Amino acid sequence: MHENASPSPTTAHPYIPNAAPQVRDGMLAELGVNSVDEFFADIPEALRLTRPLDLPAPLTSEAELVRHMESLLSANVTTRQALNFCGAGCYQHHVPVVCSEVNGRAEFLTAYAGETYEDHGKFQALFEYASMMAELLEMDVVTIPTYDGFQAAATALRMATRITHRSGLVVVGPVGQDKLSKVYDYVAPVATVEHLSADPVVPVPLAEIARHVGEDTAAVYVELPDAHGCVDADLGALAALAHNVGALLVVGVDPIALGVLDPPSAAGADIVCGDIQSLGLGMQAGGAHGGFLAVHDDPRFVLELPSRLFGLTPTGKPGEIGFRDVAYERTSLAARENGNEWVGTAAALWGITAGVYLALHGPQGMAELGDTIIDRTHYAMQTLAGTGLVEVPGIDRPHFREFVVDLAPSGRTAADFLKAMAQRRIFAGVDISAESGSQQVLLCTTEVHNQRDIDTLVAAVKEVLA
Amino acid sequence: MITFPQRDGHARDFHQARWNEQLIFDLGSPGERGVVPPASEPAAAAAGEPVRRSLRNRRNAAPRLPQISQPQVLRHYLRLSQETLGADLNIDIGQGTCTMKYSPKVNDTFVRSPEVSAVHPLQPVDTLQGLLELIHRLERMIAEISGLHSVTLQPGAGSAAIYANVSMVRKYHAVRGESHRDEVITTGFSHPSNAATAKTAGYKIITLQGGPDGYPTVEALRAAVSNRTAALMITNPEDIGVFNPHIAEFVRIVHEAGGLCVYDQANANGILGITRAAEVGFDICHFNLHKTFSTPHACGGPAAGACAVTEELAPYLPSPVIVRADDGRFDLDHDRPLSIGKVRPFYGVTANLVRAYAWISSLGAEGLRQVAETAVLNNNYLLKKITEIDGVTAPYAEGHHRIEQVRYSLADLHEETGVSSGDFGVRLGDFGLHYWTSHHPYSVPEPATIEPTESYSRAELDEYVAAMRTVAEEARTDPEKVLSAPHRGPIHRSGQDAMDDPETWAVTYRAYRHKYLGEQPPEVPRWIPPAGLPAKQRPPRAAHR
Repeated sequence: MHENASPSPTTAHPYIPNAAPQVRDGMLAELGVNSVDEFFADIPEALRLTRPLDLPAPLTSEAELVRHMESLLSANVTTRQALNFCGAGCYQHHVPVVCSEVNGRAEFLTAYAGETYEDHGKFQALFEYASMMAELLEMDVVTIPTYDGFQAAATALRMATRITHRSGLVVVGPVGQDKLSKVYDYVAPVATVEHLSADPVVPVPLAEIARHVGEDTAAVYVELPDAHGCVDADLGALAALAHNVGALLVVGVDPIALGVLDPPSAAGADIVCGDIQSLGLGMQAGGAHGGFLAVHDDPRFVLELPSRLFGLTPTGKPGEIGFRDVAYERTSLAARENGNEWVGTAAALWGITAGVYLALHGPQGMAELGDTIIDRTHYAMQTLAGTGLVEVPGIDRPHFREFVVDLAPSGRTAADFLKAMAQRRIFAGVDISAESGSQQVLLCTTEVHNQRDIDTLVAAVKEVLA
Repeated sequence: MITFPQRDGHARDFHQARWNEQLIFDLGSPGERGVVPPASEPAAAAAGEPVRRSLRNRRNAAPRLPQISQPQVLRHYLRLSQETLGADLNIDIGQGTCTMKYSPKVNDTFVRSPEVSAVHPLQPVDTLQGLLELIHRLERMIAEISGLHSVTLQPGAGSAAIYANVSMVRKYHAVRGESHRDEVITTGFSHPSNAATAKTAGYKIITLQGGPDGYPTVEALRAAVSNRTAALMITNPEDIGVFNPHIAEFVRIVHEAGGLCVYDQANANGILGITRAAEVGFDICHFNLHKTFSTPHACGGPAAGACAVTEELAPYLPSPVIVRADDGRFDLDHDRPLSIGKVRPFYGVTANLVRAYAWISSLGAEGLRQVAETAVLNNNYLLKKITEIDGVTAPYAEGHHRIEQVRYSLADLHEETGVSSGDFGVRLGDFGLHYWTSHHPYSVPEPATIEPTESYSRAELDEYVAAMRTVAEEARTDPEKVLSAPHRGPIHRSGQDAMDDPETWAVTYRAYRHKYLGEQPPEVPRWIPPAGLPAKQRPPRAAHR
């Protein structure tokens, strides 16, 4: 035993079978070793911790652990207790129970990097995820998920610099501040970004975009819906503008909108990226995200993807299918720093979940879902504007799920407003006044908000602002 | 009399589920559906209908998604789940470096509770106090486990945490006017993401290869450092399970040259409570919560990463930072002028932060030490047993104990029988076991990386060794049986050939229809490469195994 080190406990923790003293001693005897400490001989004394870690006393009993966790977490107010209209990158959509059933299966939940044979089901489920996304996006190549939509956008833009051998990036229209922060950091070594921002009332004029696009431009990036919920970007015109100068059009899209909206590829998008959080992942306090990247089946694009790709292959037995890695030499796992960016553990189980979501909804479900979301969004916009207590800038533009509310007519600050609404158990949106320069909140309505919920919101707004 | 199953020294008589499941596009019929979304009320429909009708980009052609009823969707996916070998089902010690330990089931119940699953990250902070306190507590635990000052839990996984680290390195040097530092030094047995993330961040990579004990010599490091050194990014114990005893000297040399030292502690399972980044002198380290701290691996994520830094580097951490006010309430500090900004939406993979917090809470300091000691005991037990198998060796550090894992070599067996390590692993799947070779390049010939963690019983370790011994014997007596495996898996052997050629690969069913079924892709506007734009030169092909 190392001098000053804490003694080995004499009772085995329930997660650690071979810590049982008899088992441990038997294994030590088998090895002819007197003490576990001999195994650490290569760690110099000076580098050893000479005291026990200073951590809270263990809750080894499961019952006590449950009590502690319930007590700690009970300080949260959930969106079942309050009416939630916050979005801004994390959206409260219904999670079909079959999605949770599948991603809760121990086989999927606890699998990892097993190979094509013993983890065949994982490969097939991820191939099917990519395939269903490909139908929604009308692009032939969709990657295994990356971390989140931020990473997907950042990688899409770096890919654009590699494909075009150019370094200019033009971001058009409203994009979330946090996503921009990630993108700026990520492209810094290879590119410069110009952000042509917009207020919620009018889109960025094409002529202005044209002034910023030229022979150095690697890509034009635009979102659908944009960060204010608008879905009227003229992708066809943007694609023509980009393509005319040899630049790519990269579109960030929320796939849940594509039951009602044309896929960006139809208008000329070359890389499409986004987050799959909406597709059955749930909110989890913003913890449930996965990113996708989609391109046409062109080696100039495919060979620049950093993520894994699973290809369909026959096996030695007719009537049987298998899956294997495609162009693996692209990846950092194969080529270290000579691969594209890097690939690592990211969000595979969320990909499987999103696949289940798309399989459950089918074409009809996705179309109906999109219609309901547009209807509820515009109902909320119109009824809120109808109070006369707030303005809804851009009310004449088509929105999907999100919209900006300006509190100017009420003379109240966004912070005050949200606080007063929260006292009525309503989370009435996200404060965007710091980035917009006006007292504005961003509200989100999805298919889970029925008319009564929206009427409740509007009634509370009247109370608070009257 | 019944003959009961016996395990003692024998591999398991196993057959994995084989459902011969169709592709999902071959299931269902037009008109079937798995869920029905809520329909708009008349007033909502009246508000939305004119908008929908006048959309410039209204979708006219429905996506060709399958149309399947709910029970068929469920059965399809549950069959696929059964054709996946999760750690809850097998002796998952063959995925070395991955730390396939037990993910306690009770921790999943916390994640499913509405207090975690049904909260929004931007709802008022007063209504998120439970979660913010949990994250804050976990940060303090990770700070103590690393010995460093401040922690972020925002990165989505281990490699994302390494990237966050190198991004902090870049910002630190930029703020100090030392952006001329454009080199990062790493080692051949450090995880490839150290090299890959640093390259992504704009650095030139210098890779030091292992000496006779697996780690590079002090002289090799001295020759590599200069006033261009931005950082040393090093995994220790390295992926072969050897602890570099000169690590403090490495840190000193890099610090003297003005570089930062970044410790890859993704897998700290063998050193918890034994040695820490702080005692060695590192500026930054990271942990993978899905390795050392038990969160489930989820087929390859969602995972979670933690970065710990010294007080000097704390201002560079991703934003926002959770702070505790004097009144004990928790808040978010966005005013971080030196921060690298966001590396991930919101606060990280919250579900896995909850799981990791619960895991550490269950174990405490004594339990964490028990984890490390048992993981290392198990590893050295396996080292003895596995190297007793004829044809299997453990290169490097002869006569030394190992920490948490060993990279074995089957080169002798391969030479004798023609069975490669990859073939060996495929056959091991017939016994219900995973087996992984190593990262590329294969510095250890015919490698196999085995990491037992603390979660498997002695009998389970013996069973794994018995299966390895069985396959090694088969390689000598019936190599064709090994080379034609799998025999008892979900599918039979497939080929790599079509995977490397753009004319034949098909990564979606849509691509398959276009390449093999004669369907024409739609004509859509596309970028055309300007004349003379060079096409990428493909590097040599590589296979995953």
